[in-house]
Formats: sequence, C-alpha cells, structure tokens
Amino acid sequence: MKFMLAFTETADDFDQRNDPATAPVYWGGWSSFIDAMAQAGVFESGAGLQGPHTASTVRLRDGKRLVEDGPFADTKEQLAGFVIIEVPDLDAALDWAARAPSARTASVEVRPVLSPMSGPAA
Amino acid sequence: MSQPTDPDGSRRVAEQAARTSYGRLIAILSMRRRDIAAAEDALSEALIAALRTWPQTGVPTNPDAWLLTAARNRQKNEARARSVRQAAEPELMQQIELAEETVQASDRRLELMFVCAHPAIDPAARAPLMLQTVLGIDAATIARAFLVEPATMSQRLVRAKARIRDAGLRFGIPDRAEMAGRLDAVLDAIYAAFGQGWDRLDLPDMPEALTGEAIWLARLVVEMLPQEPEAKGLLALMLYSSARRLARRDDAGRFVPLDRQDPRLWDRTRILEAEALLTVASRAGRFGRYQCEAAIQSVHVQRPLTGRLNLTALLKLYDLLVTHADSIGARIGRAVVLAETGDIGSARAELDDLPQDRVRRHQPWWVARSQVSLLAGDIADAIACLTEAIRLTERPEIRDHLSDRRETLVRSLPA
Repeated sequence: MKFMLAFTETADDFDQRNDPATAPVYWGGWSSFIDAMAQAGVFESGAGLQGPHTASTVRLRDGKRLVEDGPFADTKEQLAGFVIIEVPDLDAALDWAARAPSARTASVEVRPVLSPMSGPAA
Repeated sequence: MSQPTDPDGSRRVAEQAARTSYGRLIAILSMRRRDIAAAEDALSEALIAALRTWPQTGVPTNPDAWLLTAARNRQKNEARARSVRQAAEPELMQQIELAEETVQASDRRLELMFVCAHPAIDPAARAPLMLQTVLGIDAATIARAFLVEPATMSQRLVRAKARIRDAGLRFGIPDRAEMAGRLDAVLDAIYAAFGQGWDRLDLPDMPEALTGEAIWLARLVVEMLPQEPEAKGLLALMLYSSARRLARRDDAGRFVPLDRQDPRLWDRTRILEAEALLTVASRAGRFGRYQCEAAIQSVHVQRPLTGRLNLTALLKLYDLLVTHADSIGARIGRAVVLAETGDIGSARAELDDLPQDRVRRHQPWWVARSQVSLLAGDIADAIACLTEAIRLTERPEIRDHLSDRRETLVRSLPA
C-alpha cells in the first residue's frame, strides 16, 4: 500500500533550517531519515517545502478568486514536507512516521494514497 | 445433511448458528479484504440463503462451514457477473468439506478483536466495534450498554469500519509489546459482552451462550498474555458472577438479589478458580479495574463464610475502583455501600453529582437512589425512585422483583 506521510513542523523547527548553529543537525536528521526509507526500499517520492511564509492560499468563491498569503497564521504546526512510501500496511507506515524528526516536535499525518486498485470505489 | 427437515427446526438451527458462529465467521470473512461491513453483508445474505434452503435440503452437518462457503461465494460474486452467480450453487456444495477444515482449524476472533482495538481506531468505538463484529450484538443494544444514543453509536461504528477498510490497518495478531497496549479495549469488550449475555441476550435454552463466549475469550487472552494481571482479574470477575447463576432465580423463576441468594447454589469450583486467579494476578503488583471489581465480588462471596458483609473492605475497594477507573457504575456501587455504612449524606451527594442527563435513563441509578432514600427514612422518595426504575426495566423478572419491593414499601406507609 502507498501512504503519504505529511510532516508538519513548528516555527522553531523552521528557524533551525537557517541558523548556522542548528542547521547541520536539522538537515542531518531529515536526510538520515530519508536515507533509511530509501535503504529499506519503501521510499517512492517526496520533498521538503519552503517555509509557510512562502505559501499562498487560493479560494474561488462566487466566481471570484481570493488569494491570501500563507495558511492560517495562528496555526502552531505548518506543513513542512511530504513523502510517498510503499509499505504493507498502516502499522508499517506509522513506524516510519514515528521516526521522522518532526514527530518529536510537531506531528506527522499518515494517509493511504487513493489508487484505482485500492480506493473505496474499487 | 442430517437432521429432520421441518422448516421451524431449520430456522432455529440457522438462528442458533447465527448467534454462536457469527463472530467466528465475520473474523474469517473480513481478514482477506479487511472489510468488516462487506463481510457482514455477505454473511447476512448467506443466512438468508440458509433459511431458504435448509428447510428443503435438511440442515448440513456443519452449519458454520455451509454459511462460510455461501458467504465467501457471495463475496466473490459481488465482483463477478450475474450469470456466474447461478453456476456457483453446485460448487458451493463441493466446497463444504474444505470449509469445514477452515472453521475448525482457526478461531480468528481474538485476532479481529485486536484489529478493532488498533490505536488508529477511535477509542470510543473500539469495544462497541468488537461487540458488533465478534459477537454479533446489534448497534441499538450496544448503545444502551454504553449509555449513548443509538444514532451516535451507529455512526461511530460505520466510521470505524470505513477506517478499517480504507486506512490499511494490519490484520493479524500484534506483537506482544503492542498487544498489551490494546488489551484494555479487548478486555472492556469481553466484559461488555458478558454483561449483555448476563442481562438479556442469553435465551433460556442456551443460558451460557454469550457469557460462555466471553469467559472463553478471556481464557484465551489469559493464555496468550500470562503476564497481564488485568486479564486474570477480568476472568476472575466473570467466574465469580457466573458461579452464582443458579442462585439468581428461585424455583418460580423470580429474580433473587445477591444478598438473599442461597450460597449453597453457588458453583464452588468457579469461585475457587476465581480466587486463585485473583491471588496470582495480585503478585504482578499492577492493580487495575478488573482485579478491583473481582475483589469486590470476592468480598460478597465471603459473606456466607463470615456471616456478615464486610462493608469496610467493600468501601475501600470502591474507593480504589473510583481512583483506577472512574465510571458511573463504580460511583453508583460506591454510593450504595456508603449508605449502608450509615453515611447517607455522602451517598446522596455522590448520586446527585453524576451527570444527570445520562443517569436519568439508567435503571441502576434509580434503584440505588431508592435504596439510599429508604436508608434515610424517606420512604415516599424511595417509592418514587422505584417507580421510575420499574419504568426503565425491560426484563420482566427484574420488573417483578422491583414491583414487589415497591409494594412492600407502599404497604409500610402510614395510611
């Protein structure tokens, strides 16, 4: 089964990316996590995301396009990246999610990827 | 194809098979496709087919196997064209031998229970889901047992099943470390099943069906997790209760409350087994709800030996119970003991502090309130509470018993 792991991070986590004192540990944590998934043969694809200050949110209401900067400003945890993995079941996906660096500071959402073979409509 | 082919007999066998093998078959049927709702649909179709076919062909030697095969074919046919459906009938008969082995070889109910207790399932849905899928108890009955609205419970169950189907939970026995974490929900469901069997569902001609299943499942858990004291506590608790089964009714079939039961009718073997389990469980040094409730039963069982009910011990145990697992049932039990020790004020306060929207539809609360009022000398209120309790009681023998009590109180009132 394919699962998406969506990683959120706190503002502190994002700050660590550019602080010379913390950046090596921060990026090291993520790359060893991704390496571990690749070595286990479960990693399919994925990427980190720029910080929430770069995000735009679009809505179409009554035919009008509404664009706002960023997601909800007061949300403590923001989307920081995602991967798609191929594992036998949710339990295996949860095991990987628990190893993500951001699981300790924020959270990881785990969701099965909808596919023609396994979706509820099949 | 053995037994006589009268329609009533066949229908009864089908219904009996439905009750006793429902969970076993659902467990087997839902494993491969991880879809409990689809398994339920397939099994109910198979049951309808059985009710139609058996009166003509006779009841098969192994009804479980027949139902399993029929349900499996329904599942397969779902995905196939209509024409194949008719061709499946002869194949169905051939597969019976094969399915018989499957049924006897594996009982996967416990496995399914641990799936229902998965950490990814809403905790409030875990025990109800087990009751419905493993023991075939309907959503309305489950709602009553858990003191929630039937609509809320149905919704919870549907959502949980959709999650199991779509979220990719692992089916199978979890490893030991994981299993212990899910144990609470499994034990809760087993106990709720026991309670249902005890209260209403077990039919007079199979008095042990659901309570027996619950005890059997608890034994299985004790065997699988010998290091878990709470599993032993639960088994002990159920053994204490079921040991008193024969003493619960008098010769006329009337309900006999615990304090008036004839201890000679209690099953000593079960009581001794329960006491032993409790002793072994206590050695683990991890006290919990079920050990505590079993210990409360143990105090009651000692009454005929010592000639009195040890209220001090009971109150201490209820205090512990409320600390370990606060629940409406525990609070009500504690209030009654408090009243019996003479602390009427605290007993009243305890009952009145409970969430009124829930307890006002809960018969035991009204019985307890009546008892407390009676001990306080407020007979009018005791009668009023009993009236409400009688209104909420569905079981005729309990209703009769409460009506008698009410009658006695009414007669004691000054004219």
